[in-house]
Order: sequence, then C-alpha cells, then structure tokens
Amino acid sequence: MTEIFGIPIQAFLGQLMLGLVNGAFYAMLSLGLAVIFGLLDIVNFAHGALYMVGAFFAWIMLDKWEVNYWFALILAPLAVGVLGVIIERTMLKRLYGLDPLYGLLLTFGLSLILEGIFRDQYGVSGQSYPVPEALQGATNLGFMVLPNYRAWVVLASLVVCIGTWFVIERTRLGAYLRAGTENSKLVQAFGVNVPVMVMLTYGAGAALAAFAGVLAAPVYQVAPQMGSNLIIIVFAVVVIGGMGSILGSVLTGLGLGVIEGFTKVFYPEASNVVVFVIMAIVLMVRPAGLFGKEA
Amino acid sequence: MKMKKLFAAGALAAAGIFGAATPAVAQISGDVIRIGIITDMSSVYADIDGQGGIEAIKMAIADAGGAINGKKIEVIYADHQNKPDIAATKAREWFDTQGVDMLIGGTNSGTNLAMAKVAAEKKKPFIAVGAASSALTNDQCTPYTLHWAYDTTALAKGTGAAVVKQGGKTWFFLTADYAFGSQLQADTTKVVEANGGKVVGSVRAPLNANDFSSFLLQAQGSKAQILGLANAGGDTINSIKAANEFGITKTMKLAGLLVFINDIHSLGLKTTQGMYLTDSWYWNQSAETRAWARKFFEKMKRMPSSLQAADYSAVTQYLAAVKSTGSDDPEKVLTYLKKAKFNDIFMKGGWVRGDGRVIHDMYLMQVKSPDKSTEPWDYYDVKQVFKGEEAWTTKAESKCTLWK
Repeated sequence: MTEIFGIPIQAFLGQLMLGLVNGAFYAMLSLGLAVIFGLLDIVNFAHGALYMVGAFFAWIMLDKWEVNYWFALILAPLAVGVLGVIIERTMLKRLYGLDPLYGLLLTFGLSLILEGIFRDQYGVSGQSYPVPEALQGATNLGFMVLPNYRAWVVLASLVVCIGTWFVIERTRLGAYLRAGTENSKLVQAFGVNVPVMVMLTYGAGAALAAFAGVLAAPVYQVAPQMGSNLIIIVFAVVVIGGMGSILGSVLTGLGLGVIEGFTKVFYPEASNVVVFVIMAIVLMVRPAGLFGKEA
Repeated sequence: MKMKKLFAAGALAAAGIFGAATPAVAQISGDVIRIGIITDMSSVYADIDGQGGIEAIKMAIADAGGAINGKKIEVIYADHQNKPDIAATKAREWFDTQGVDMLIGGTNSGTNLAMAKVAAEKKKPFIAVGAASSALTNDQCTPYTLHWAYDTTALAKGTGAAVVKQGGKTWFFLTADYAFGSQLQADTTKVVEANGGKVVGSVRAPLNANDFSSFLLQAQGSKAQILGLANAGGDTINSIKAANEFGITKTMKLAGLLVFINDIHSLGLKTTQGMYLTDSWYWNQSAETRAWARKFFEKMKRMPSSLQAADYSAVTQYLAAVKSTGSDDPEKVLTYLKKAKFNDIFMKGGWVRGDGRVIHDMYLMQVKSPDKSTEPWDYYDVKQVFKGEEAWTTKAESKCTLWK
C-alpha cells in the first residue's frame, strides 16, 4: 500500500477530509469575527456564545415546536441576528470611539452571562440534536466512509464564506461598508446611514455565528460550553489570517483545520496547542498575519 | 413580641448551660461543623456532581437534623474549574481560615490528588467522592484520605473483564490525556491482559477536544474489536456520538469505562443501548434508593448520579461519626469511621480498608433498549454485582505503605 509520511494513503486522505470539516467551522466562525472586527473594530468575544445560542435555538425549536432542521437553519440565524442588533443598539454603540479593550470586556462578559443562563437551564452534558433525515447515512469515498452530514457542512460553509466575501468585496453595499470603516464621517456626508449599516453588520456577524451553530448541532453535543471550547482557536485563526482579512480568515480556517487533523495522527497530545504554536510563529515572522496588510 | 424575645433568650441560656455541662460539645471546633466541597461547578463534569452534589449534601445535613449537640452543620462549596492549583489553594485557605472540618473532593482526579496532599499536611479528613484515580488509595494514599464511591481499578475490573469474557479480545484505547485517563487505561490494560485479551494501540486526546472523529478513524484503522473509552463526561458523549456517526460501531464494540447516567440521559437510549458500564450505584435498584432519588429529583429535576448519592452517603456517615464521638476532632472522627460499618442508601455493610478505600459492592450494568425502558431515567439492567472486596485493588497490587 502506498504511504505518505509513514501512514497509509487512505488514512491520510481520511484525515485530510476530517480536517476540512473542522476547518469549515473555523472558517465560518472566524469569518464572522473578521467582518465584525474589520468593520466595527470590535473584538467580539461573544461570538462563541452566539454560536452556542444558535445551536440551542435549533434544539429548542425542534424539542418544543418540532421545527425541522431546514427551517432552523434559517430561523435561528435570524433570531440570533436580532439579538445581535439589540446588543449593538443597547450596549456596543456606547463604546465606539473608546479603547477597543472596552468592547472586548463587554462582549466577554456577555458570553459569560449567556453561557451561565444556558448552563443553569440545561446543565453541561448537553442535548442531542438528530441528523436531519435527508442527510443521514454515509458515503463510501473509497478511502473513507464520510457521513453525508459532514459533507454537507463543508459545502454549506463554503457557500456562506464565498457569499459573504462576495457581498463585502464585490457589491456596492460592500463598498459602502468598507468606506464607512475607513472614514465614517465622509460616507455619512454622502447620505449613507452609517450607524444603521454598522448595526446590521453586527447583526449579520451574529447570524453567521448562529448559522455555524445550527450546522454544528447534529455533529457535536449541543452544550453551553460548546462555544467557549471553540472560540479561542477561532481567535487564533483570525490572528494568523490577519485581523480583518475576510479571505485570509477563511483560508486560514480551512488550513488550520487540516493541520490540526494531522497533528491528531502524528502527535495527538499536541493537537490542542498546535494552532497556538503556529500563531506564535506567524506573529514573530509576520506580525500583521498571513493575509493582513502591514499598518 | 416581648414574649418571643424572652423565650429566645431563655433558650439561648439553656443551650449555654447545657452546652457547658456536656464536655463533648466543647469539642466542636469553632462551634460549627463545617463541611467543604470543591468540585467542578461549571464545566464538563458539573452534571455528575456540581450543584446536584451540593444538594445531596444539604439533604444529608437536613436528615441529620441540621445540627449536632446544638452546633450547626454548614456546607461551603467552590468551583475548581478542573485546575489542581485552584483546588489546592482553596483547600488550604479553607482549612487555615474558614475552619473547614472535613473536605469532600468532587470530580476530577488531578484536583483530588492535589487536595489530598493539602488535607494530609493539615491533618484533616478528606473524602474523595467524584475522582476516579485509584492512586488516591494506592501509591498516593494518606491516613486522611477516604475514597468513597469508585475508582479506576473497579471500573477496569468490572467493564474490562466483562467485555473480554464476552469475546472482546483485542482492544484500542481512546484516552483522556491527564492523570485519570492514563490511570484508567493502565488499570484496564492489566485486566484485559490478565483475562487473555490484547491491547493493540491507543491514542491520547486532549481533555475537552471538540472533535473526536480523527481519533476514531485511527481506532478503526487498528482493526481492534473493542474501542475502550478511557475518558469521561462530555468527552465520552462526543466520542460515542462520533462513533455512531462514522459507523465505527458497526465494526467495533464500544466499552465506556466511565459512564454516568447523565451521559446516557444526554445521548439517549437509541445511541447507547446494549453498552456495558460499571458504576457504584443506580437509583432504580430498590425501594429505598428510589424513594431517595425521587426526593432528589424534586429539587434538581433530574435523577441523581452515583456520585451525588455517594456525596449524601459520605456526609451522612461523617455526621454520624461526629455525633457518636461528640467531636469534630479529625483523629477521633477518622478512628471512628475506620471501625464503622456503613448502611445507607448508597451502600450496605460498607467499611474503610487500611489504604483508605471504602469497600462496598459495585455493579456491572447494561444499557436498556428504548422499548425496555419503562419511564424516564429507567436505563439500566444490573448484570452482575461485585461483592465486597471483589472489585477493588488487592493487597498484592497495592503500593500503599499504610496497608502493608
């Protein structure tokens, strides 16, 4: 049998695939973070909590009202998007122009509160969310048996990532957004309502997190701490990719998922630190991140 | 109003007079019996002990009348966040400044090993309830540690032996990468090999890893018959989930080496049916356990885990010792406990061995299929009872210097 780095090629391809699945989650979450940071200058620590709330919304809707997965995939991001808008209007708005540290502290506090509420209500063991019927089963790819649902996760996240990138980099709305962050006064002078734009951006970022949460619900246990387990890695992804760079964070997310996957084979004990080791190296060599522009 | 005050004053005076007359009362340090519990209140292990464990302790205190010889019984608790340094610091602070008379170690072996050291240094009783590592009463035993509920040896001898006897000869371990995981793997390996089985490989996953599929694919590649899950809590749940998703369960059988009823509840019977597990207690065993469990359910809205029942038992027996000796002096209480026989909802005829191990029956259980379960939380069939010392470390295996 052919081998790559001492492991059979089939196992190698299998691990590559799994790395991509995990990378898809990193990409989607870091995308939202990058958008919010890029346009609002807010380090959104609540992102993990919003992801968790998205997953819980899906579970609660199924449990209480039997709303199926496909509707949840639309409704949960909408609901969490509205929650994001409320957070922006009532709290974050007051912090613009202050040291970014305040935004970080506020969102960190928010994430602790959200986690605490769900922990109090549902405990830490979490809830099981079934895989939707249409995506049950697995496909034999020759080198591995890939659950259909995981393939769907990769597909859905790629579509969302490309869509977001397109909106921000290639449309008029995106141009306003980018201009608004460069010089909001000037853009306002041209008749664009910047505060509303910023509010909707935060809402959209929150909705992205919730979308990832619903996608994650059937894969992982829906538990209050599911966001905080992931968010620190996602922050490292954003730092490595370059703060605020959308394409950068998507590519880095996928890449790091794969690297982490291989670490799980070659030196499993290090799999939870490898991302941070890479972050340290990147910061030493390219402080602005792999895709960031040097200030 | 005046009347009430007078009565209160009278009662106080009476308590004072009788208190002074009974020498035993003077032996309650700080005029309060203070029990401390340091456990995981917020993370992966919070459901199996946590708030429920504290509730169980409160139930034990209430059942003991809330006071002994007029001295109030109190419980204080703290969250160790699964960090041994936090657990050790808190324990030291409590013994030094809060007058804690007895400390209960909640979940997580790393934190318990750290607390056991502090308790031994301060010469105070330490009852490990939630921790699994058999090291607590083996090479790290102390005269002040009692290990109440279960340990890795018992889990290995229970589940490990049962699975090998049913034909599961080749094993691959998925192990949580810290004290507890490696201990459980080592203990199970011994049992598997002693019964004629073979361990073909293992992989160590970090605690709280978010995805186990990569590790599971490695396990599948090993072609072993049995996948031994030497992990706990959320890690076990996520690995079982992923094993089902990736069809690993079609080629390998899962052996959950430490599975609590909360994990089964969370995963559902459809996913877990047929699985073997070893535990120290199950709520649906007898009329007595059921009655206690329902009382617990009323407060917590979930059935108690074995650890929560063990919390109740440990505090009940400790308070009985304080009552009988009329003192919370560590040496007196421990001497009493080491001679006593324990009969409560958790165990019958339990006793403390020389190494600090509390000896009681252990149970091998199999998870019911959904159609056999008659009510929520009715999950297990008891398949085998390990009587008395059967499940625990033997004298020959022990390195505990106190028990030689």
